Amino acid sequence: MSRRYDSRTTIFSPEGRLYQVEYAMEAIGNAGSAIGILSKDGVILVGEKKVTSKLLQTSASTEKMYKIDDHVACAVAGIMSDANILINTARVQAQRYAFAYQEPMPVEQLVQSLCDTKQGYTQFGGLRPFGVSFLFAGWDKNYGFQLYMSDPSGNYSGWKAAAIGANNQAAQSMLKQDYKDEITREEAIQLAIKVLSKTMDSTSLTSEKLELAEVFLSSGNVKYKVCSPEALNQLLIKSGVTQPAAEAS
Amino acid sequence: MESVFGLVGKDFAIVVADSSAVHSILVHKTNEDKIMILDSHKLMGASGETGDRAQFTEYVQKNVALYQFRNGIPLTTAATANFTRGELATALRKNPYMVNIILAGYDKDVGPSLYFIDYIASLHKVDKAAFGYGSYFALSMMDRHYRRDMTVEEAIELVDKCIREIRSRLVVAPPNFLIKIVDKDGAREYAWRESIKDAPVPVAAA
Repeated sequence: MSRRYDSRTTIFSPEGRLYQVEYAMEAIGNAGSAIGILSKDGVILVGEKKVTSKLLQTSASTEKMYKIDDHVACAVAGIMSDANILINTARVQAQRYAFAYQEPMPVEQLVQSLCDTKQGYTQFGGLRPFGVSFLFAGWDKNYGFQLYMSDPSGNYSGWKAAAIGANNQAAQSMLKQDYKDEITREEAIQLAIKVLSKTMDSTSLTSEKLELAEVFLSSGNVKYKVCSPEALNQLLIKSGVTQPAAEAS
Repeated sequence: MESVFGLVGKDFAIVVADSSAVHSILVHKTNEDKIMILDSHKLMGASGETGDRAQFTEYVQKNVALYQFRNGIPLTTAATANFTRGELATALRKNPYMVNIILAGYDKDVGPSLYFIDYIASLHKVDKAAFGYGSYFALSMMDRHYRRDMTVEEAIELVDKCIREIRSRLVVAPPNFLIKIVDKDGAREYAWRESIKDAPVPVAAA
């Protein structure tokens, strides 16, 4: 193909493509997958953890899910170091808005602002694009619960259910078949687990390989909760994806 | 000698401003509009340095419009007040705006609200507020007669009491006042209170 149009982000190929942006999306296609589902009482994000080793220090930090502000969280797929930069940028943008207006930044505006940053890296500066896709889950008083997906090109759109990372196309078509508009949060969690179990490469699904986060309202306040490994295990058993620990006979 | 004051009623807010434009001992005009309509449901009454007043209120108005164009939703009154205060605060230690502002707005979820923003970027959410020498009289009258949840008629009665005090007790009292109101139906001019009217200008014969 036209390999000589690859190396600079700031030029189009003769076919009108931006190769660097496409290559960035390739990189994400090899990364751990993440699924987001919008339900009527919240948004859930489920992610596949690629780094599973007994030696890993499982402290309070998460690999796939990050809180941007009190009312917005995101799931990440792609190059983690790139993701950290963008997450920090998103956090600063959210606080800057809150400082100016003394109100939480509407979710779409936050996503748009971050995507404008990402777009800059596809047009000028000579720097490569970020190799990260995001699923943003949040709540604001204008549009309630929302789910947005964004990619290295700086495009974004709102979704009822979306998948990023490895096997995202298979996950997306499964979600399209099984998603119902009035889905509840519990049903959404079950659906996400079911879809992930089918699209993930690993043979068995345990709570060490997954991360689950929920954005919901509790007494009028937006809550972001990452599921504990024990609770996640229970959910996996309930959905029939893992067998309960064998009873000593 | 400019007077601006405002108060919150049952489901509306009122801003009143004098309408004299003065330069030293000369009165340029007596029908100057000092209450900017920021958008469909917000009013910004301002007093202070003439150029700063006009320029700053227009700046806020255009930023409010830009936000709505960009984001498809209007700014809330509270967000507008905080934005305005932020702009005054940023300019304060370099090139301050000498403008005192009374911001009134109506939001569907919150109802009517009134904000006091002075030229050194203080911000207070209040039920009644006043600026200028007229404030000595307006605040005293409002402290005596203001109640929560007044009707439009009761509020206008109080506004007229304030205007009467300013006219009779302030040595260089502005002769004319403009009253604007904002409620669920929007922001609009309510009435003029004129004690000096310009003579009608004869029309040139065709």
